[in-house]
Amino acid sequence: MSDLPEKPSTASDPWQKLRDLTRARIGLARTGNGQTTRDVLSFQAAHAMARDAVHMAFDLDGLRHDLAPAAPLIVSSAAPDRTTYLSRPDLGRSLAPASKELLPRGDWDLAFVLADGLSAQAVMQQGPAVFHACRRALPAWRIAPPVIALQGRVAIGDDIAEALGARMVAVLIGERPGLSVPNSMGVYLTYNPAPGCPDSRRNCLSNIHLHGLGIDEACVKLVWLMREAQTLKLTGVGLKERAPQLWAPGTPEASHQTIAPTPEKRDTP
Amino acid sequence: MSYAATLSGQRFVFRDLRHLLASASPLRSGDVLAGLAASSSTERVAARLALADLPLSHFLSEALVPYERDDVTRLIIDAHDKAAFAPIASMTIGGFRDWLLSHQADTARLAAIAPGVTPEMAAAVSKIMRNQDLIAVARKIEIITRFRNTIGQRGVLASRLQPNHPTDDLKGIALSTLDGLLYGSGDAVIGVNPASDNVENGLALLDMLDTIRQTYDIPTQSCVLTHVTNTVEIINRGGAVDLVFQSIAGTQKANEGFGVTLGLLHEAHEAAKSLNRGTLGDNLMYFETGQGAALSAGAHHGIDQQTVETRAYAVARAFSPLLVNTVVGFIGPEYLYDGKQITRAGLEDHFCAKLMGVPMGCDVCYTNHAEADQGDMDALMLLLGAAGVTFLIGVPGADDVMLNYQSLAFSDILTTRSVLGLNPAPEFAAWLEKMGLYDATTARALAPPLRETELSRMIGFQP
Repeated sequence: MSDLPEKPSTASDPWQKLRDLTRARIGLARTGNGQTTRDVLSFQAAHAMARDAVHMAFDLDGLRHDLAPAAPLIVSSAAPDRTTYLSRPDLGRSLAPASKELLPRGDWDLAFVLADGLSAQAVMQQGPAVFHACRRALPAWRIAPPVIALQGRVAIGDDIAEALGARMVAVLIGERPGLSVPNSMGVYLTYNPAPGCPDSRRNCLSNIHLHGLGIDEACVKLVWLMREAQTLKLTGVGLKERAPQLWAPGTPEASHQTIAPTPEKRDTP
Repeated sequence: MSYAATLSGQRFVFRDLRHLLASASPLRSGDVLAGLAASSSTERVAARLALADLPLSHFLSEALVPYERDDVTRLIIDAHDKAAFAPIASMTIGGFRDWLLSHQADTARLAAIAPGVTPEMAAAVSKIMRNQDLIAVARKIEIITRFRNTIGQRGVLASRLQPNHPTDDLKGIALSTLDGLLYGSGDAVIGVNPASDNVENGLALLDMLDTIRQTYDIPTQSCVLTHVTNTVEIINRGGAVDLVFQSIAGTQKANEGFGVTLGLLHEAHEAAKSLNRGTLGDNLMYFETGQGAALSAGAHHGIDQQTVETRAYAVARAFSPLLVNTVVGFIGPEYLYDGKQITRAGLEDHFCAKLMGVPMGCDVCYTNHAEADQGDMDALMLLLGAAGVTFLIGVPGADDVMLNYQSLAFSDILTTRSVLGLNPAPEFAAWLEKMGLYDATTARALAPPLRETELSRMIGFQP
């Protein structure tokens, strides 16, 4: 056996059908007080994939291809490598000085930053599609060339926007990989971004992945936020308060609400 | 006031108490990030030598954050119990450590001094204690709390059942709740972190959990871990609020970052007490804490992360909580880099809280970007079990599918109970026995087929 099924499947397992209702690891087989070999190894396999997702780097050729015809600019944060990035969030938030010169100053309504964050594969899989969809939906907007940020956190978008002279920035970033989802992407939208901008001035769409918020739906919400931000000249708490009830509580979309303050037990990548 | 010690012919000077405490703290990434860690291993031990000679009473005269500027400092100073402090008033930090380990410091004496121990005293003594010291002393302390059952007594290891779901789907949460109950989990609380902080959503979740509890007559309490202001609104709208939850930290500014003040906590505490839902007691506050929270809010005031964490326990202590837990590995490697640092922090948080009289549990956990794995969690859960931790948190298969991190599996808590000879809360154990899930004579969890359990009706099975 080389391929571990994600969930054990036997016709006699009464939990089998119930697992359609949650991805939680319910109804694991028991041996004594412990778990059976299959479940222990399934868990280790999922953990290994999540660990590898954290440490995997962007495939830049692939990203260039997927972003075409747009020609991306490639910049780095002040964190030179993954190990430094993981222990120094301050470095991941700021643009490396040498990268500033790569960014052409212009009269941009909007800039997109594709940052690896904690899962480069999340952004490789979903970032270009979100970029293209937004660009199509906003034909009159002056949109800067997409910027790929290596070893980047959300706030690196502030430095990039300042260098570009952009009035709004959308940071597409890989979220903390979980065991069931190693490739979840978040989008942080900031109007009038500047270094030191607090998180309460951003709006966020999170959980963008195959089993979460779909790309099409994410783009509809994102474009709505962008237009509102343009009109109101703000993002964050002020925009959240004016947002209509786009999705009702208790529906599967409930967790993807535009948030400004970070909820309990969560943080900004 | 400055402090100094000479080690190996080198003289080390520490400019103030914050600098001394930070330099004495075991190495962790959060203090390096904040620029507060000792600059060398030798300096770290020199700081411990200086700290060991410092009188405990000194901590009553030098505040780490000015009294005028911080309500947590005011709470610590104003609530200090001088009579309780008297037996240890003449000790140095080093002498206090030796006394804590002595046979003279038994359960009754440790309970008596707790109101006289400030957070900074607890943090200071912990910094010169080895891991086994933190376990040996904490094990002697017994802090018993009650709502619908009794937890914290020697020989009891309670557990929080955390049935989170990424979209708060009621059926999904009910399934995870059933899964945990079948493992004998949930005596501390059945507590869900909602994906949405919406009040309607909180009401629906509480209603479902309360219905399950009442249907099966489960001697436990439920909680939706939403912001305290939401909980007050849920109470005002008639929601089934057993416990009031809030994340707290060790400075006024960090608490403001969480959107809370002492006044708000007081108001919520009073509102929940007025519901009179507890049957055995009225401990009904539930707090979560964790090293790194103050630094990540930019509100640590130059205090090392372990010391500022202990100040949150002074906030907790003021509200006679049922439960407090440190979410020790959740914050990530920039604060606690690896399994070694997570383990040390978990033992420190547990010891310091217990020394101050706070019923401390632990979310033994890690994220996928930390250098840790389930082996580290096995070690920490057993160490904390040996230390007499009030409760541990369990999620199905150790995988929280909403918050995307790993905690303990329900089975891990069974292993901890079984290896260390610990039992669920007595009322809950009796209920488990009635449900055919526990054999009290062998103290062994039973695992009948799902269809044969009465609880499976919860999800529509007819046994």
